[in-house]
Amino acid sequence: MKPIDEIQKRLFREVADLHELPVGAYNLRANGELAGRNTTANVDIKTKDDKSGIDITIKPGTKHESVHIPVVLSESGIRETVYNDFFVGENCDVLIVAGCGIDNCGTQDSQHDGIHRFYIGKNSKVKYVEKHYGSGEGTGKRLLNPVTEVYMDEGSVMEMEMVQIKGVDSTDRKTIARLDKNARLNVRERLMTHDTQSALSSYSVDLNGDSSSADIVSRSVARDSSCQRLDLRIAGNAQCSGHTECDSIIMDSGKILAVPSLEANNTEAALVHEAAIGKIAGEQLIKLMTLGLTEQEAEEQIINGFLK
Amino acid sequence: MLELKNITFGVDDEGGKFDIIKDLDLTIRDNTFTVITGPNGGGKSTLAKLIAGIRTPSAGRIYFNGTDITDKNITQRAQLGIGFAFQQPVRFKGITVLDLLKLAAGKPLSVDGACSFLSEVGLCARDYIDREVNASLSGGELKRIEIATVLARDVSLAVFDEPEAGIDLWSFQNLIRIFENMQKSRKDRTIIVISHQERILNIADEIVLIADGKVQKQGAKQDVLPNITGTDAAISPCSRIL
Repeated sequence: MKPIDEIQKRLFREVADLHELPVGAYNLRANGELAGRNTTANVDIKTKDDKSGIDITIKPGTKHESVHIPVVLSESGIRETVYNDFFVGENCDVLIVAGCGIDNCGTQDSQHDGIHRFYIGKNSKVKYVEKHYGSGEGTGKRLLNPVTEVYMDEGSVMEMEMVQIKGVDSTDRKTIARLDKNARLNVRERLMTHDTQSALSSYSVDLNGDSSSADIVSRSVARDSSCQRLDLRIAGNAQCSGHTECDSIIMDSGKILAVPSLEANNTEAALVHEAAIGKIAGEQLIKLMTLGLTEQEAEEQIINGFLK
Repeated sequence: MLELKNITFGVDDEGGKFDIIKDLDLTIRDNTFTVITGPNGGGKSTLAKLIAGIRTPSAGRIYFNGTDITDKNITQRAQLGIGFAFQQPVRFKGITVLDLLKLAAGKPLSVDGACSFLSEVGLCARDYIDREVNASLSGGELKRIEIATVLARDVSLAVFDEPEAGIDLWSFQNLIRIFENMQKSRKDRTIIVISHQERILNIADEIVLIADGKVQKQGAKQDVLPNITGTDAAISPCSRIL
């Protein structure tokens, strides 16, 4: 195992708030290689035999434990697809922190495609935090194409925080969820693109069980000449409730296409979508300027708040 | 001292250009509590925005403590010590009450410090400090937070545009107490309030009556107030026509 260098440390801090090795189970991956692993009595992590990636198994009844599995790339030209499967037993309450940071100072593209599958047992609660971040002055692109699949058993709860604020040139993120009876999914996505970046974020949620519910809220900002497409689909296949919301700010020459899609296959499905795209309201800038901020400072504060 | 000299401000109307403020002269003395009143549509709010730099006059000059601020923008005027409370408070997604008060203070502000400003406007700080300044707050709550942002700035010239509007569930007495405390806490503070309310006019040092884009009367409360209460000076043009 190679030691973690300073650039990698910085990336780990950005994507997983790691200032030192985390408490609990973790699996650190740097430049395609294992950079650290810890398992606990309740959380096991095993390298897959057939392809790149890990299996994380959380014993039934595990409460208040965390699993960190951040990935960093600091060498130009690395391209990898990693399959991570989470098997969460029944009656658990756990925090899972993932995320990928790429620093590309070279001329070749660096790419990480993380395919995460969650199998969440009955009445378990999972909080999942995923941050994506890019840095580096090289001409090589920083590419991230995550896929997240969530299979939720009866009465389970999944809260997802998906954040990509800076530095990723191109992303195509797909999130798929299937919910059984009484399962609940909450997603909070924060996305900002700048320069000539492009981002596609699509959600496809199937509410299959009675009393299942999903609440998906995406807030995004497109600056400079960047473009975004947000596809949010919820299908109600039972007595269920679903809500999606896209709320976006466009600036400069940014472009955003929001495509909401609601599919009701049951008369008891209650589905709602809200979408709003617009520039920063002039009166918001004026208010903050009357507090002594410059127009640029006011703009930053408004965006920071919006993406918080 | 705030001096407005020969100020004109016009807008493009359907029938051509229409002057809301017409060659207006006004001097506000230091350390006074001045209430600007007059009928709706008479130019009061426009005047307040001209002072804060939100509107730019088409003619005339504005001086603040001897400095010509006509060409200074909103930020520069704020940094010179001019505060402005909006008639219609602005909402922000994601910015909390604490965030906004910190921005207003312009320096590190403890939670206790922020709470004292909220308590001053009659809000239980604990319930509000982490709330977002968004549509989940009522009009009255937003209005009080708006006033708290001006308190947090500790400015030498505070301009309040109809502060009483929308705070009907809160007593007038509290609003009046805020103005009194503002004056007590800093002797060199000048307060300008745009208002129709007789109870606010009653605590003024000076009253300015604006109608048809001009100063119709200005003077000490005891001289001006008897001339405008009970007359139609403060009634809107529509009411007068009907």
